[in-house]
Amino acid sequence: MMTLFGDPAQWLPVAFATLMGVSILIYVILDGFDLGVGILFPFADEAEKDRMVASIGPFWDANETWLVLAIGLLLVAFPAAHGAILTALYLPVAIMLVGLILRGVAFEFRVKAPGHHKVYWNTAFYVGSLITALSQGFMLGKYIMGLESTMGIWIFAVMTSVFLAVGYSFIGACWLILKTDGALQRKAVAWARGGIWGLIIGLALISIATPLVSERIFAKWFTFPEVLLLLPLPLMSALLVGLLWFALRQLPTRNDSWAWFPFAAAIALFTLAFFGMAYSFYPYVVPEQLTIYEAASAPESLFIILVGTVFVLPVIAGYSVLSYTIFRGKATELRYD
Amino acid sequence: MDTLLLSRIQFGANISFHILFPTITIALGWVLLFFKLRFNATGEAKWMDAYRFWVKVFALSFAMGVVSGITMSFQFGTNWPGFMETVGNIAGPLLAYEVLTAFFLEAVFLGIMLFGFSKVPNWLHSLATFLVAFGTTMSAFWILVLNSWMHTPAGFELRDGVAHATDWWAIIFNPSMPYRLAHMLMASGLTVAFLILGLSAFRWLRGDRGADVRAVFKTGAWLAALLIPVQIYMGDMHGLNTLKYQPQKVAAMEGNWDTQSNVPLLLFALPDEDARENRFEVAVPNLASIILTHKADGVVPGLNDFVAEDGTHLHPPVAPVFWSFRIMVGTGMAMLLLSWSALWFMRRGRGPAGVPKLMQVALVPMAFSGWVATLAGWYTTEIGRQPWLVQGVLTTKQAVADVPAPMVASTLAVYLSLYALLLIAYISVLFYLARKTGSPDGPTPSAPQTQPVPAE
Repeated sequence: MMTLFGDPAQWLPVAFATLMGVSILIYVILDGFDLGVGILFPFADEAEKDRMVASIGPFWDANETWLVLAIGLLLVAFPAAHGAILTALYLPVAIMLVGLILRGVAFEFRVKAPGHHKVYWNTAFYVGSLITALSQGFMLGKYIMGLESTMGIWIFAVMTSVFLAVGYSFIGACWLILKTDGALQRKAVAWARGGIWGLIIGLALISIATPLVSERIFAKWFTFPEVLLLLPLPLMSALLVGLLWFALRQLPTRNDSWAWFPFAAAIALFTLAFFGMAYSFYPYVVPEQLTIYEAASAPESLFIILVGTVFVLPVIAGYSVLSYTIFRGKATELRYD
Repeated sequence: MDTLLLSRIQFGANISFHILFPTITIALGWVLLFFKLRFNATGEAKWMDAYRFWVKVFALSFAMGVVSGITMSFQFGTNWPGFMETVGNIAGPLLAYEVLTAFFLEAVFLGIMLFGFSKVPNWLHSLATFLVAFGTTMSAFWILVLNSWMHTPAGFELRDGVAHATDWWAIIFNPSMPYRLAHMLMASGLTVAFLILGLSAFRWLRGDRGADVRAVFKTGAWLAALLIPVQIYMGDMHGLNTLKYQPQKVAAMEGNWDTQSNVPLLLFALPDEDARENRFEVAVPNLASIILTHKADGVVPGLNDFVAEDGTHLHPPVAPVFWSFRIMVGTGMAMLLLSWSALWFMRRGRGPAGVPKLMQVALVPMAFSGWVATLAGWYTTEIGRQPWLVQGVLTTKQAVADVPAPMVASTLAVYLSLYALLLIAYISVLFYLARKTGSPDGPTPSAPQTQPVPAE
């Protein structure tokens, strides 16, 4: 069975790197809009805040689980990399965890604690979302730069952290355009118009910095014929940004048509950016230090996880779709009855 | 303090904080399903009122469990890289199966269970309640498999210092797994039984004596009274299993220094590891031998058998294990006494009205007795495994990360203050919800619903 696709020490690490990558991408998109909604909190009034939380309330927990799966796959499939990456990122990880804790419990406390405490839990929700996004961006920056600690890398990581937070708030605003109407929807369009700048600068920054830092990555992108084959990636991104720009000027339309478009386009943009990064880093799981083949667990253990994954992931996808179908349409007040 | 001790305190603090909430959600999920099914069968409003109140507690506890659980999945890497590097081939698949078969299931259906009541057919809402309860139990299953394997590792071989799986059946059904799993599931059941009993007593004392309070009070009392004798028996079985596989832990639990027969049961003692003796012993003759071997002259292993020739201790620190064990057993005895006398007072349909006020008052703090017993039990077994992380395979010291001690100390300080704050918030919100639901001038929950109730 294990030799079905050739040498298991070759194909299993690739399979798991793919699974992990997909989990991270799904996490960044799904929890990205949850966190983005939290980051936009200070710009909304009290009633709008309730509506914004209502738009993500039934989903956030499952969305966050993709992070657990991603970190779990890193842990189980590439244990050596898990240790190397997480000890190098000790402080930002700790800060992110504090952010995730604050954000997660604030969902519940803000409506269950006595009324006059709500304002504090709203603040916890905002602060938690913001520092989670910032620390994830910081980790992304350090990871891109090979997990080293110099002044230049620190500055770069601070910049990626700001741009990831802006990127999350952009996709969060796009989600709100889809899930709300009226004044809040108009506000969300304005937020998205503001956020798209950050997204463009952030993407450009990473695209320029990565090949400059690593000769290997430079060679992977700017040699013939790769450069031609890869050209669609930046071109499609530019096209999407242009379309988004145009759409955000037109929205909201009178019959609410095209309200889905910014969110769909944002997903596409995140996906393209992710593929660009995945292409740059392959086959490394710790940049320039450890390849997925060197860091992988024993094939027998990987295989037993893969068997489970192949059966269970479609089921997870199925009931996730069920949940999004049940709570489709414009967000209404969350009720237990 | 060094990185090892700080990391141990940090992980200990995180996992102690975490376990409080799954201990509630595992069993509360099934209790909610019970309420829902009673409502489906009888159509009585009190069951749905009970469901609506306790689903709020469930949602809050679940969120607390999720966020503190994520913290731990990262700390394996940030603080204990040696764990996954050595036994990752075994721990990895078990953790992966937990995420795949439990976490997504409970997270997705929790949304439907909480907010879907008016959006989906009733059967789907009941099914969602079942799947959430099932998911929390699956999660408990996988994590207890892994934990038990760390106590009684089986089905593997070491190649170049790394554990490789040879028999997954033996890994999953390792020798201590069935006992530990049953012991923990019942601990969860008892925690919830006393939580719902204690909070109902609190509402009763405040004059909130609706049909739902009566129903929940009775459910809690019966659940507690039924589970506690089974739990005591299960705990005894688990202890005998530990005696077989980890005798040094049992020696520490009993405070027994020399391997000997006719070992007394110590009710009180101050174990002194330097002098290797106990001070101020209060003992019942022969009882430890009788409990552990069922014979008065049965031989019980002693701690001095677990000292290496160079003087290194191969047994756990004695005092914390000795005392945690006594706190757990003492709490269990209080549970037995209170739940059975509650049933006696409630006889012939008197319900909570038959229970004397003094006992009602005593039941309120008992709402959190399950937490005390569960934590004490986990300290007994986990500290009792020291100095090993994986018994006989990997020591805790070998697994710790080479992170500067001040970094661990500063993050520890942040975690501890955050957890203290959240714990206070959690407990006060529980009582706030109980007060608010029961306030005499508030809307009576069992009155016909004219307006929908917001999700609070």
